[in-house]
Amino acid sequence: MRFRHLLASVAIGFATLAASGAKAVEIEYWQYVFDTRVKAMNQLIAKFQETNPDIKVKQTTFPYADYQTKVAAAILAGQGPDVVQLFYGWTDNFIAGKMIRPLRAEAFPTADIERDFFPIVSAMKRGNDYYGLPTAVRSLALFYNKKAFKDAGLDPNNPPKTLDELVAAAEKTTKRDGSGNIVSAGMTLDMAGQDHQWWREVLVRQFGGVPYTDNDTKVAYNDEAGLKALTFYTDLQKKHKVGQVGFMDEGQAAFRAGLAAMTIDGTFRLGAFNAIKGFEWGVTELPANAQGMRSNYASYFANAITTKAEGEKLAAAEKFLAYVSSPEAMKIWMEVVGELPARRAAALTPENIAHPVYGPFLKGLDYAHTTLFKDEAAQRQVAIDMANRVLIGGEDPKASLAKAAEDEQAILDRAKR
Amino acid sequence: MSVIAQREAASGGLWSRMSLGQKQVIWAWGFLAVPLIFYVVIRFWPTFQAFYLSVTDWTITKPASFVGLENYKRLSADPLFWQVFRNTFMYLILGTPISLLISFVVAYYLDRVRFMHSFIRALYFLPFLTTAAAMAWVWRWFYQPVPIGVINDILSSLGIPQQPFLRSTSQALPAVLAPAIWAGLGFQIIIFLAGLRAIPVTYYEAARIDGLSEWAILRKITLPLLKPTLVFLVVFSSIGFLRIFDQVYNINTNDPGGPLNSTKPLVLMIYQTAFSSYEMGYAAAQTVVLFLILLVISLIQLRIMRDR
Repeated sequence: MRFRHLLASVAIGFATLAASGAKAVEIEYWQYVFDTRVKAMNQLIAKFQETNPDIKVKQTTFPYADYQTKVAAAILAGQGPDVVQLFYGWTDNFIAGKMIRPLRAEAFPTADIERDFFPIVSAMKRGNDYYGLPTAVRSLALFYNKKAFKDAGLDPNNPPKTLDELVAAAEKTTKRDGSGNIVSAGMTLDMAGQDHQWWREVLVRQFGGVPYTDNDTKVAYNDEAGLKALTFYTDLQKKHKVGQVGFMDEGQAAFRAGLAAMTIDGTFRLGAFNAIKGFEWGVTELPANAQGMRSNYASYFANAITTKAEGEKLAAAEKFLAYVSSPEAMKIWMEVVGELPARRAAALTPENIAHPVYGPFLKGLDYAHTTLFKDEAAQRQVAIDMANRVLIGGEDPKASLAKAAEDEQAILDRAKR
Repeated sequence: MSVIAQREAASGGLWSRMSLGQKQVIWAWGFLAVPLIFYVVIRFWPTFQAFYLSVTDWTITKPASFVGLENYKRLSADPLFWQVFRNTFMYLILGTPISLLISFVVAYYLDRVRFMHSFIRALYFLPFLTTAAAMAWVWRWFYQPVPIGVINDILSSLGIPQQPFLRSTSQALPAVLAPAIWAGLGFQIIIFLAGLRAIPVTYYEAARIDGLSEWAILRKITLPLLKPTLVFLVVFSSIGFLRIFDQVYNINTNDPGGPLNSTKPLVLMIYQTAFSSYEMGYAAAQTVVLFLILLVISLIQLRIMRDR
């Protein structure tokens, strides 16, 4: 190991010497295509290359759909990126496939990471090693339609602060036709959107439970708290009738069309909602429970160094990773992409906290949780089916909850093998 | 010519000793070998590999190791598989007869229409040219609840309670099937029309002179002579419905195959196992099962239709 370090430092020295004239080290960076992300990364690369003229970074992008498959295939074939962007939930897969390597503690001291970043970054930690660092993070908040609030006689500058107030506001803003069909929802219900995160990490905790134990490998929501959380959620449709799963096809579509007064969504939706012309909307923190307890779900794409990077490329990759997770990079990323900085100091500036849109999301980060998914799509499906069994199948919430816990535990157990 | 002569000399006389017939055979096989090799490499080899994968636990990132019939055991114990199995057969059992009946009736009467015949035929064929994904999205909006769903808007304006369609475990499958049948109709009508046109007019003339009723003509002449067409369409559309995927996936992208798996066909389960959960071995086992189902059903159908 020491020999390798020696080799690496010799390589760096050599590279620096050679920088003036001949060959720069070229490293490859991969991420998925998303216009603003690509633009932001291009800016970061330009700035990085300015200060590190001996390193060239080549950005490669491709559609999100086959991202995991392509990265896996490329790295296993000895091709592909030196620095790669990955969703935090894929970390186990990437490690198991020997695709990414742990960050060297010399270059990225654990104590520094844990002091400077939001605690959700621990989802990249396995044992004592960190496997990647995010530039930006996303959290959830409650979006509300100010026009709908005004029309219903509610104060558009005083959005609901608790779950009870949420239900009350939703009841006031729901509009129905003569036969009782909802024509404008008070609150969107869309487990396939962000509601499954809201249910799992927020509602379950707010009703006194925890979604998982043992590093998210044991399902723990099949109890009184889980039942209360599920009943609260399904009652929005069954009892209060303020929303309906599938109304306007998707929750975000209903909100965007001005046909839903409130919806829960993430920072990544800001781009779409910014295009709304028909009405003014606001953002507020996810409602607290009766005791004032709040929670949130945060997620992020992290950048990691692949096993392909060796020698001088490894050193260059480390430098690049350090730069893209620096406060400066986070500031650029927030301005261009609209995602929140992953470092506390960069995020929690007075200016950011007072920001009408970023503020509520940032406050959420402080108490946010991050689910260590084994198979996000399958686990989301469990939540979708759990709600559907109650709402469509008319099943007892208790039975549906038990079935969901059993199904999800099977997914978690299978991943362990 | 001299080039060939030289090569003949070079190949040691073996070529020159062959008869013309043998040479023709060799040339023919030489040309046939190109598509054959292509098919073996692109089609058959991966198929055999799927059989091998189905007895491993390959997950893209973890190397494959042999697990015997573990995947098949898991499959037979998986309640989702049996539900998906039932769904797949519902698509087949509802889809094939309904689509064939409708397309035959349309073709039968369209055959007699002279006025704007080709224009009407083109209209029927149009949906077949449309991308399944685009079509599924349009129908997805048709089925929405009020205020945006066309069908429910009409229902509620007539005072009929709105229907859940895609949000119901009992209505979702027929709701997904309807656009799939509609989309395939054009193709089936064209084939039926061709089949009807292929029946010699003299038979009909003779029957009419003998005073046979239209119904008798249909039963005694048209249908029996249409059998080759029918066999082709039954097999073809059965395979189509057993492999249904894009309509189901696109009509409910947020919860593909939902709600509660009530519309999920086998192909969609395979897709999700392979490209969402990355359990390639398990997915391969499912494809083997699908392959066997397709094989058995096609053989049975060919058999039945031939014997009668």
